[in-house]
Amino acid sequence: MATTVLGEQQVHAAHGEKTGLWSWLTTVDHKRIGILYGATAFFFFLLGGLEALLIRIQLARPDNTFLDPDTYNQLFTMHGTSMIFLAIMPLSAMFFNYMIPLLIGARDVAFPRLNAFSYWVFLLGGLFLNVSFLFGAAPDQGWYGYANLTSRQYSPGPNVDFWNLGLQILGIASLAAGVNFFVTVINLRARGMTMMRMPMFVWMSFITQILILLAFPVITVALILLMFDRFFGTHFFIPAGGGDPLLWQHLFWIFGHPEVYILILPAFGIISEILPVFSRKPLFGYAAMVFSGAFIAFLGFGVWSHHMFTTGMGPIADTFFSLSTMLIAIPTGVKIFNWMGTMWGGSLQYKTPMYFAVAFIAMFIIGGLSGVMHASPTADLQQNDTYFIVAHFHYVLFGGSIFALTAGAYYWWPKMFGRMLDEGLGKVHFWLMFVGFNLTFFPMHIVGLNGMPRRTYTYPAELGLDLLNQIETVGAFILTAAFTVFLWNIFKTSRKPRNAPADPWNGATLEWAITSPPPEWNFSEEPVVHGRDPLWEAKRQRGGPLPEPSPGTGAGIHIPNPSYWPLVSAIGVTAIFVAIMLSPKLGAIPVVVAVALTFFGLYNWLFEKGYSEFSTPGGGGH
Amino acid sequence: MSDSAHTLATSTGLDSRKLAIWTFIGSECLFFASLISNYLVQKPRSLVGPFAHEAWTDPASGQVFEPIIEIPLVTVGTALLLFSSLFIVLALNGAQRGNRKQLLGWLGATLACGIFFVGMQVYEFNHFVHKGLTLQQNLFGASFYVLTGFHGTHVTIGVIWLLTMFVLALRRQLPPERAVNLEIAALYWHFVDVVWIIIFPVVYLIK
Repeated sequence: MATTVLGEQQVHAAHGEKTGLWSWLTTVDHKRIGILYGATAFFFFLLGGLEALLIRIQLARPDNTFLDPDTYNQLFTMHGTSMIFLAIMPLSAMFFNYMIPLLIGARDVAFPRLNAFSYWVFLLGGLFLNVSFLFGAAPDQGWYGYANLTSRQYSPGPNVDFWNLGLQILGIASLAAGVNFFVTVINLRARGMTMMRMPMFVWMSFITQILILLAFPVITVALILLMFDRFFGTHFFIPAGGGDPLLWQHLFWIFGHPEVYILILPAFGIISEILPVFSRKPLFGYAAMVFSGAFIAFLGFGVWSHHMFTTGMGPIADTFFSLSTMLIAIPTGVKIFNWMGTMWGGSLQYKTPMYFAVAFIAMFIIGGLSGVMHASPTADLQQNDTYFIVAHFHYVLFGGSIFALTAGAYYWWPKMFGRMLDEGLGKVHFWLMFVGFNLTFFPMHIVGLNGMPRRTYTYPAELGLDLLNQIETVGAFILTAAFTVFLWNIFKTSRKPRNAPADPWNGATLEWAITSPPPEWNFSEEPVVHGRDPLWEAKRQRGGPLPEPSPGTGAGIHIPNPSYWPLVSAIGVTAIFVAIMLSPKLGAIPVVVAVALTFFGLYNWLFEKGYSEFSTPGGGGH
Repeated sequence: MSDSAHTLATSTGLDSRKLAIWTFIGSECLFFASLISNYLVQKPRSLVGPFAHEAWTDPASGQVFEPIIEIPLVTVGTALLLFSSLFIVLALNGAQRGNRKQLLGWLGATLACGIFFVGMQVYEFNHFVHKGLTLQQNLFGASFYVLTGFHGTHVTIGVIWLLTMFVLALRRQLPPERAVNLEIAALYWHFVDVVWIIIFPVVYLIK
């Protein structure tokens, strides 16, 4: 017996409101795990934003002494690392968790406990990285950790170790989640939901999982090699021992460029859900959207060396990577035209999610255009390592990913929490964020082309860059205000009654067919799908809106039991890396103990009562 | 490890756990591809010996170091590892048909091969260190130990996994309807073998 089937009488006790710390520590419900991902990632996002604000204060004036160079290095490294691995990726994971099962009409993900494990490993990995601040030894070598900056010789402290081992921990979380969601999308679709009927967010998330599965092993190897260099005296990246620092760059960017699409494809998916709903038109060019997404992902593995034009790879490599990079503009352009085609002739409803979605298109185009500019090696030689690059990737990651994730938050908030976020505050949030974002990042194009290098803690007054830098800092404070408004909106909304309707936006996809928030078992009856916009089709057939659904009692529905073994296993895995960190002082014994703890957690997980077919004696294995 | 979702009918009819292990194997391909590439890049960059296939005289001490690679022992290990892939197929066949003797016998043989292979590698590492090839000595050593070491770790995990299956079979806990559990372990085991089929010629045979 793999799960608990609830009788009528038990239903209330088991399915009722579960609260308290223990229920969160042991939850395997994809919706709760999604909320955990969201809350944790938003905390890290605010932390990363605070780091950026300190950077902007330092750069507000030339020759400023607000931060010393060492602290500055730590702040920009942790800002980049946090925003990529601890904010944007897990904010996307929040939507994978909460939304994919609902969008495909499933009761949960394929492996609910593995899902909990991913979250706990992510949380502990994020804490591992940030604990470094308490020791005054946060990573300080830049988020892509180029050799030789990372060698023991040039970075003797624990800074790089926090980064190296922390990213290995986070990689485990991403890979486990990658397997889980890949299998979920392939195997748990509702009846009638063929691959080419899946909502676009599910498609883009699915492609993202493939990218994670293929890209993360490469950085894992790079990090392991660096770990051997730093802990065990090898010379993989150390020229004095024959090693090759450029090999690090290749390995890092073979991961790093697909990582860019890991950050943006879920955003594409969110936008592709929101635009049709607020344009009252089906997504334009569905198949083209699917294949352009897949093509972007495929090309994403063949462009990594455009990050390395300045290393002198020679004309053939430069030409190849330049052309492959420019090629990506084509499928991306297909997407942009399809989004505009979706809006064209639609009856546009300008609600807050739509504001963010439309701004996303505009901001992403700007970021995409500057990206095509430094696809040319000659242009890149001028732009590499300047603020022009900083401007470019903030237009795609902030103007792109963060705008889309915020759009998604406003769009799905009522589904997740049963309360509508305030529209008025939402629009204040939008305008502050839109103005603040452009004030902060647009002038960076200009100061970059004028020669201001990135990752330098100050600049001399003679360069004449003060005014633009001051404007950027003002923009950063406006962004702070924007997110303060968002926090206020969340707080204000949390005090309102839980009365959001099931389908506040006249949605097209399955999640709007069930109550807001959904019951623990999601769908009382397994949905059957006949097309790409199942809810619109149902409404059309009915000739009007659907009646408010009832959550049902959940009687007879299989719900996976809570489990604390994912947490124990996650603690074990993290302990291995803590033990490696301490191994120069404490030797190998703590590593062995941590490995033993991991196995202890895994075995109890695999043979857990109520889950494992092996926990019941004899042949009752179904 | 049967969670709720995959006991229901799946969209593809495939067992989710089986799909998951295939997915994981796909991901692992990139892991080993990176390690093998690293070996190929680093090996010729060694500044000092000892080397894989040539003798080396230390210019400082005049000491002569024999070539590190010795084919015979590792060939036996390779052969046994390859045979173990056949053995586990026979064990799985036994599990699926409910033939306990066949299951236990061939699973035992698979385990013996796996344990021999790990033992061989431990011996080989010790032996190579005595011949002067340490992890720190040169890039050939570093990339050799990291590549074969991570493969050996995978074999060790496979041995622990199959040992668990063996104990379950002994306790009559692996009837035909649960044979898929062994099938999943077997998929992993085959993968570890396939990786070795690539590592063996790359590291030991190609000069």
